[in-house]
Amino acid sequence: MKANEKVTSDADPMWYLKYLNIYVGIPDVEESFNVTRPVSPHECRLRDMTYSAPITVDIEYTRGSQRIIRNALPIGRMPIMLRSSNCVLTGKTPAEFAKLNECPLDPGGYFIVKGVEKVILIQEQLSKNRIIVEADRKGTVGASVTSSTHEKKSRTNMIVKQGRFYLKHNTLSEDIPIAIIFKAMGVESDQEIVQMIGTEEHVMAAFAPSLEECQKAQIFTQMQALKYIGNKVRRQRMWGGPKKTKMEEARELLASTILTHVPVKEFNFRAKCIYTAVMVRRVILAQGENKVDDRDYYGNKRLELAGQLLSLLFEDLFKKFNSEMKKIADQVIPKQRAAQFDVVKHMRQDQITNGMVNAISTGNWSLKRFKMDRQGVTQVLSRLSYISALGMMTRISSQFEKTRKVSGPRSLQPSQWGMLCPSDTPEGEACGLVKNLALMTHITTDMEDGPIIKLASNLGVEDVNLLCGEELSYPNVFLVFLNGNILGVIRDHQKLVYTFRLMRRAGYINEFVSISTNLADRCVYISSDGGRLCRPYIIVKKQKPAVTNKHMEELAQGYRNFEDFLHEGLVEYLDVNEENDCNIALYEHTITKDTTHLEIEPFTLLGVCAGLIPYPHHNQSPRNTYQCAMGKQAMGTIGYNQRNRIDTLMYLLAYPQRPMVKTKTIELIEFEKLPAGQNATVAVMSYSGYDIEDALVLNKASLDRGFGRCLVYKNAKCTLKRYTNQTFDKVMGPMLDAATRKPIWRHEILDADGICSPGEKVENKQVLVNKSMPTVTQTPLEGSNVPQQPQYKDVPVTYKGATDSYIEKVMISSNAEDAFLIKMLLRQTRRPEIGDKFSSRHGQKGVCGLIVPQEDMPFCDTGICPDIIMNPHGFPSRMTVGKLIELLAGKAGVLDGRFHYGTAFGGSKVKDVCEDLIRHGYNYLGKDYVTSGITGEPLEAYIYFGPVYYQKLKHMVLDKMHARARGPRAVLTRQPTEGRSRDGGLRLGEMERDCLIGYGASMLLLERLMISSDAFEVDVCGQCGLLGYSGWCHYCKSSCHVSSLRIPYACKLLFQELQSMNIIPRLKLAKYNE
Amino acid sequence: MRLRREEPDCGRVTCWGRARKMAARGGVEEMRSRVILGEFGVRNVHTTDFPGNYPGYDDAWDQAKFEQNFRVDVIHMDENTLEFDMVGIDAAIANAFRRILLAEVPTIAVEKVFVYNNTSIVQDEILAHRLGLIPIRADPRLFEYKNQDDEEGTEIDTLQFQLKIKCKQNPRAAKDSSDPNELYINHKVYSKHMTWVPLGNQADLFADADLRPVHDDILIAQLRPGQEIDVLMHCVKGIGKDHAKFSPVATASYRLLPEITLLQPIEGEAAETLKKCFSPGVIEIQNIKGKKVAKVANARMDTFSREIFRHDDLKNLVRLARVRDHYIFSVESTGILPPDVLMSEAIKVLIGKCRRFLDELDSNHMD
Repeated sequence: MKANEKVTSDADPMWYLKYLNIYVGIPDVEESFNVTRPVSPHECRLRDMTYSAPITVDIEYTRGSQRIIRNALPIGRMPIMLRSSNCVLTGKTPAEFAKLNECPLDPGGYFIVKGVEKVILIQEQLSKNRIIVEADRKGTVGASVTSSTHEKKSRTNMIVKQGRFYLKHNTLSEDIPIAIIFKAMGVESDQEIVQMIGTEEHVMAAFAPSLEECQKAQIFTQMQALKYIGNKVRRQRMWGGPKKTKMEEARELLASTILTHVPVKEFNFRAKCIYTAVMVRRVILAQGENKVDDRDYYGNKRLELAGQLLSLLFEDLFKKFNSEMKKIADQVIPKQRAAQFDVVKHMRQDQITNGMVNAISTGNWSLKRFKMDRQGVTQVLSRLSYISALGMMTRISSQFEKTRKVSGPRSLQPSQWGMLCPSDTPEGEACGLVKNLALMTHITTDMEDGPIIKLASNLGVEDVNLLCGEELSYPNVFLVFLNGNILGVIRDHQKLVYTFRLMRRAGYINEFVSISTNLADRCVYISSDGGRLCRPYIIVKKQKPAVTNKHMEELAQGYRNFEDFLHEGLVEYLDVNEENDCNIALYEHTITKDTTHLEIEPFTLLGVCAGLIPYPHHNQSPRNTYQCAMGKQAMGTIGYNQRNRIDTLMYLLAYPQRPMVKTKTIELIEFEKLPAGQNATVAVMSYSGYDIEDALVLNKASLDRGFGRCLVYKNAKCTLKRYTNQTFDKVMGPMLDAATRKPIWRHEILDADGICSPGEKVENKQVLVNKSMPTVTQTPLEGSNVPQQPQYKDVPVTYKGATDSYIEKVMISSNAEDAFLIKMLLRQTRRPEIGDKFSSRHGQKGVCGLIVPQEDMPFCDTGICPDIIMNPHGFPSRMTVGKLIELLAGKAGVLDGRFHYGTAFGGSKVKDVCEDLIRHGYNYLGKDYVTSGITGEPLEAYIYFGPVYYQKLKHMVLDKMHARARGPRAVLTRQPTEGRSRDGGLRLGEMERDCLIGYGASMLLLERLMISSDAFEVDVCGQCGLLGYSGWCHYCKSSCHVSSLRIPYACKLLFQELQSMNIIPRLKLAKYNE
Repeated sequence: MRLRREEPDCGRVTCWGRARKMAARGGVEEMRSRVILGEFGVRNVHTTDFPGNYPGYDDAWDQAKFEQNFRVDVIHMDENTLEFDMVGIDAAIANAFRRILLAEVPTIAVEKVFVYNNTSIVQDEILAHRLGLIPIRADPRLFEYKNQDDEEGTEIDTLQFQLKIKCKQNPRAAKDSSDPNELYINHKVYSKHMTWVPLGNQADLFADADLRPVHDDILIAQLRPGQEIDVLMHCVKGIGKDHAKFSPVATASYRLLPEITLLQPIEGEAAETLKKCFSPGVIEIQNIKGKKVAKVANARMDTFSREIFRHDDLKNLVRLARVRDHYIFSVESTGILPPDVLMSEAIKVLIGKCRRFLDELDSNHMD
């Protein structure tokens, strides 16, 4: 991150500034001037601050003629990701977490910016520096490379037009024939070009037209070629710098801009020639057999994490910072001053700080250097439930446009197996573009490639620069690529790959370096770049997995950990490309003699959200997807520190429970410690008719006893500012009623200090903070200063809400700008009511349709009443067999007093579960003899009866109910306002209008659309047809033809607006009986 | 078609006819008195013995007949549970008892909580909800229903409890201890911490009636040093229909008496399998002449797992049924009142309802 910005010099030759070192400290907050203290993330959340650490640099610079070294100069602040290496939370025990008001189960990985938790989503993009051969819309094949280095990013295309090859690039105004490029790069002989591309018959035939074209253009030497290219260069050269000739420009372009990632030293184009030749060869070969690369293949994808994005941003800001400083130096140094120029005084911290904070808080990542301008890179961390927060950390957003209706990037890719969750994707427009990581996926980081190059050459890779070129196409020679660059060729590729892997397992090379052969292209790819997806597998040797029971026991006892497994070569990470080169067995019994690896656990192919579903392998696949979306809306617990948080909106369940049927994933992510749901006894039967369309019937006694009871927390905020004219906001005490000497109703809940007191009940329109603001906040103009007592006007913070709340707590603090900050946490306790939404863990959502007293509920022989009655029609079309099995396993678990597993591709077997039921005297199908609570007679059917884990979703009637008879109107049109928040009317829309027209209910139409909406009395002059006013036509200057009629106000508005545009609408009036 | 072919064999036809007639007779009897549990569903679920519904049966209500048939046997009774058989009564009446027990027998429960201070982590509303669900040992018969309009409770309709507790650090705790039980005093608030505060003359009235929560060990909240709960509770009389906290029973339900009939003698291995298909103790195996013969020993014990239907060879040899008018009642009291008292209270409620209904009828008759 730091190395590339070292020197900034200036017009003044003696002056310079050199960065010796750079550090990012630990997060702190400035207490008073220059006194700082470490800050905890929770404090930042509460006080609306940014959790950031100072960036300090060691610099060397000149002041006058002295050389000065200054250490630890702050240049800005860097937002710190929670639980990253610089976060105060790393390496802390749960007890220490508790001291810091932090939840030990919180995954971290987000930033706190201005008190808001922000996540930088993982970005998915096509991998850089790789040749991708693909067909365009017309079916012609081309190759493209997006090269990217630290300095530059460019895209080079190889296209075919009428059998000839051309190179296409942004900086070139025209496509250049490939042969000319070769010649410009110093390969002047046609023979050499053809040798490099390949001497097979069909390859030569395919390339011949390109050579001919070069011939036609009369280009034979490098000079001619460069001149040709120089004429095609798009001119956007910067001023400054010495003027270059066109040829120099062309050579510069070839060396540094086209295929940037292939290094060219001192204009030695050999490597680049070969790279280009390989590109051409790929295209030629692909044309024949139509072997184009798959863009959606995950081996060709790289994931960009928060660190990479932040480093790009920092680099950009740092450059800006330096250029700013340079500009200041340029301006200041020429002037003669008493004090000598000292850069340190001009190093402004806020530029980098604000740049970072703004980028993260708005999500707009705009980097000029890479022409990157992305929006929505960050999102607010959703804290509806633990799962929603956790799910957000694994989210990947793709760069594709959401509006395009292409199925390719959206559909499930076979190479995504085990890396990305197949179930967890949103429905609708972002379907398939937003993905989630699977449980064991690891994303690699950038690695040093020097040692790998060295190792490869030791293993027999011959440097490509030393070869004549024809070797590239020898049938027994394989090309070796490292991160997209050609490293060399190898004869015995199998040995190379084998030894390479051995070295990796032995720990000589990093475990995340991957090597794979591509037999079709006759290549060996070695990758050590960041952003690759990989996951661990057990190594299989001689048909036996390397991990044995002994190892597992030691793991359980804590003698070993996973790292040890890696170091001992029992387990290794494979990335997508290498996975394709291996033979992986799913289970131990499926190992054959070709097997190289063994899957650790099949359920890890699912992600965090899908991992909650019991028996997902029995469900119809979309149901799992629905549950993944719904699990994020379930209420429950959000963290151990939930009661210390003051969030804008927080939903908690009063009595959350662990699910009876759990999964391995649930244990791994410790969902049981922060659950979101309750085990409800469900009877699958029809009851009362209030259960159609997935509605549920709830037992009133269960609700009385606390089922589905939830707490809704909201906050109210208030800051007291100081203004420039030495005035400031004040909080006044409650206003007393003159007669009774008691506070007026609106101020009833205020304490003597004017802030509401905890524990009080607030009703709609009551005041929470009795704030008043000075009427004049601007500095008075000079001369007109009247030293008077400032006038105050009331700006109270009032409570708005249909239902009453209680004040949980009040926080008084100060925010980052030293303004007084008052935060209040308001609480509501809600019991389920008709219309509240519930869902099981199988994408089966439903609203409560009826609440039935316990005595009316059916009961089984043991006297158990269900908590929920669910309609059996929910099952046949949904095919959520997993739910049926969950019920069965849950029932058996309850009877045995233990938890059953519903882990994907495993879990408790139905047969065993049935055995348990039989043992306890229940029917093996889980169906019970049930008596009706209404008649007291038995029901004719046996009822499927047992516990199912139910989630209460955040959608509640209380937040949605809305009705209006009379109410506010919009100012402009005088029509009723829109939306619940503005107490708006319910719209009789176009389609409803059409119905009334079709039916001929004209009076009703008139009533709905005008009388009840915006009827308006206007005076119209019958002579001129214009609108008059109060019985007088201003146009005709008379009142004799003026008559009054009722039209919609919007219509009157239209007439007037038309008039203002010089269009006269005239109304023609006639007597209705004429 | 088959019948006609068998016509020549006169004797057989008559034989079959008689069997059918008998079966019909038996079928009606069965339909009237038994609920049959089939493999895929329950048959004869409804009461059908209305007067005139069956020819040859006099189903008219007869006090003497009812008295002769009606029977109540108490099977088991202890402090909190009661199991008894009620035989010879209609489902509607039996169900009425169950419903009344659940919803209409009054008890005393916390209705209003006045929070003076609550610095615990339990929210006020949740605390109030929890307190409400604690069963209070107070005889509801000694109290009146509180008038809805009255703000203040009086001694005849309100019981007052207080819960005032503060958690402290235990000064004598070992230094390195991490056990909250040792570190803190009063860190667990139990129902035993609720104390009765007599209103008016209640102190004299209920001097010997030990007014307190039924259970001492219901955990209400957990505290940490410095946290405090100080609440006053008003308990009133109410019924389960209003809120489940007033329900005097944990649950009250009944099941019908199981009846298992072996249609054929089952012997040998089949007998063993048969035994396994039922709850333990239902089928007994006797040794008759060296042969294992299955016998229904105690059908009452069966829980109807219906395992028998998984054995194709056995399922047609056994009839699973329940006796329609034999109710095995089970009442689990919350401990406020003994279950037998609850039952008699329930009967009183029903009598009261009937009386009210009759009065209503009479008064309407007058108009």
